[in-house]
Amino acid sequence: MPLLQINNLTHYFGGLKAVDNFRVEIEQGSIVGLIGPNGAGKSTIFNLISGLYKPTEGQILFDGSNLVGLPPHEIASRGVGRTFQNLRLFNDLTVLSNVKIAQYSQANYGLADAFIRTRRFLKKEKEIEERSYELLKTLGIDSYAHQLAKNLSYGDQRRVELARALALKPKLLLLDEPTAGMSPAEMIAMTELIEQVKEEFDLTIFLIEHRMRVVMGICERVLAIDFGAIIGEGTPDEIRNNPRVIKAYLGEEVVM
Amino acid sequence: MKKYYLPLGLIGLLVVLTGASWLGFFSDYIQTVIMLVGINIIVTASLNLVNGYMGEFSVGHAGFMAVGAYISTIFTTRVIPHFVLGTPLIPTGLYAPDVTAWAENPAAHLVFPVVLLIGGLGAAIAGLVVAIPSFKIRGDYLAIITLAVNYIVKSSFENTQALGGSRGITGIPKLSTVPWVFFWAVVSLWAMRNFILSNYGRGVVAIREDEIAAGLMSVNTRRTKILGFCISSFFAGIGGGLLAHLLLYINPSTFSILKSVEALAMVYLGGMSSISGSILGAIAYTGLAEALRPLRLWKWVVIPLILIFLMLFRREGIMGGREFKFLLPKEEVKGYAAASD
Repeated sequence: MPLLQINNLTHYFGGLKAVDNFRVEIEQGSIVGLIGPNGAGKSTIFNLISGLYKPTEGQILFDGSNLVGLPPHEIASRGVGRTFQNLRLFNDLTVLSNVKIAQYSQANYGLADAFIRTRRFLKKEKEIEERSYELLKTLGIDSYAHQLAKNLSYGDQRRVELARALALKPKLLLLDEPTAGMSPAEMIAMTELIEQVKEEFDLTIFLIEHRMRVVMGICERVLAIDFGAIIGEGTPDEIRNNPRVIKAYLGEEVVM
Repeated sequence: MKKYYLPLGLIGLLVVLTGASWLGFFSDYIQTVIMLVGINIIVTASLNLVNGYMGEFSVGHAGFMAVGAYISTIFTTRVIPHFVLGTPLIPTGLYAPDVTAWAENPAAHLVFPVVLLIGGLGAAIAGLVVAIPSFKIRGDYLAIITLAVNYIVKSSFENTQALGGSRGITGIPKLSTVPWVFFWAVVSLWAMRNFILSNYGRGVVAIREDEIAAGLMSVNTRRTKILGFCISSFFAGIGGGLLAHLLLYINPSTFSILKSVEALAMVYLGGMSSISGSILGAIAYTGLAEALRPLRLWKWVVIPLILIFLMLFRREGIMGGREFKFLLPKEEVKGYAAASD
């Protein structure tokens, strides 16, 4: 059984069909790419999976159960982590707090424990803190733990976002343009980082990306969409040579 | 040794304040001001939980103080006297019988915390009733709703003749004492600080920063907001109960929108999202209000002017989101110090 299976997913914004009969099957441990021109509906699909929008129609099966209708926090606690196209860090909080917040659903103490700081509370908080430091270390940003998130460089903020998503203990990671706005060097580092954390945390990754080099480099399978509908599917090479994709995504003039 | 500084300091302060009061170094007036400061600290910190940490905007805090004040007063002037002295539950006629006799028994001071807790719980339930519909929708509706609630609460008590209508309740036994107010201020701040430093508090702050991202990072945003609001209302109710048993007379106008505005002023004066700021804000505001008493009504020109200047020159308030290190548990000091300096 695939980890994520989406069947005939359709979503309307008013009269506009943003997602049209989208479907995908993502096997445990794979990296699948989602490409398409601006406004094709890629981020909308991510927002539907993570529960920000309720689909007009369709099924989103994750780990055997349907996610449709569940609130975002419930979907996140079940193991769907994500990052955003435009960073959505908690800017005025420290890097460490950012990562701690994502462990919200893992804290198993009650209100009374919190009020009087019981042993159980202190133990769990210590665990959360240690795990947060570990994640920051893995991503090479532990020296910024006590800096405010907004004071970090753009590339490091992207790393914080990734650390925060990993803190959820996700099985599936939705990465929305992880290299947007990065220099070529940063892009390569980020690509390597994604592959590294995928191995280390045993992840399945669904990735939106504009840069063909990233998609071609790390994705096993790629889906191309335009106007919310799938226009191509296959290995990166097949997608590269698919005339419909070339027309929609790269324009009439082929420059590859 | 260092971890005992705060408790030892607090005990020392308690002994000094209580001793000076009992030995007569502090006049009744000074004692009243000290107690007002304590009550205002509780009220300010509790409002800061919603307006500062959670980033919502509640403008009807006095409504919840009223609920706590009336419920606790019903117990100390009606329910307990009914069973102890046999006075009627709902007094008839213009002059209510004197019900304070039961409170002369020293044991009354031990009943008082229980009564306050009931008042606080009542206020928390009122908070729950407000929070459930208010937080269903995202956005800035809380200001309008809490404003309306403040008026609803005030008008409801005004129209309840069994509770004295707009004349209010008189003859409340004097149960607020310097040590009790001190105790409640410390306990309230301690509980609220610990809440903020817990997983729940992190959720509350995450909601302020970015509610959508908080939800996607597994924070149950609606439940967290409701919980935070109820805790805030609870302590407002405790503050209201203490105030009633200090003033010995309450009527619905005691808890008008002006009282809510005072609480807001103390929050902004001290600084948003800071327990230390709430303490300083309450002390500064209460002190100022007393010091400017000779100006009579001109006080209400001077104090708002001070607030305007504050907004112009130091918008973040006295503390600006920072905390005194001695108020934090040792494992939190590092993170706070680095983040705020």
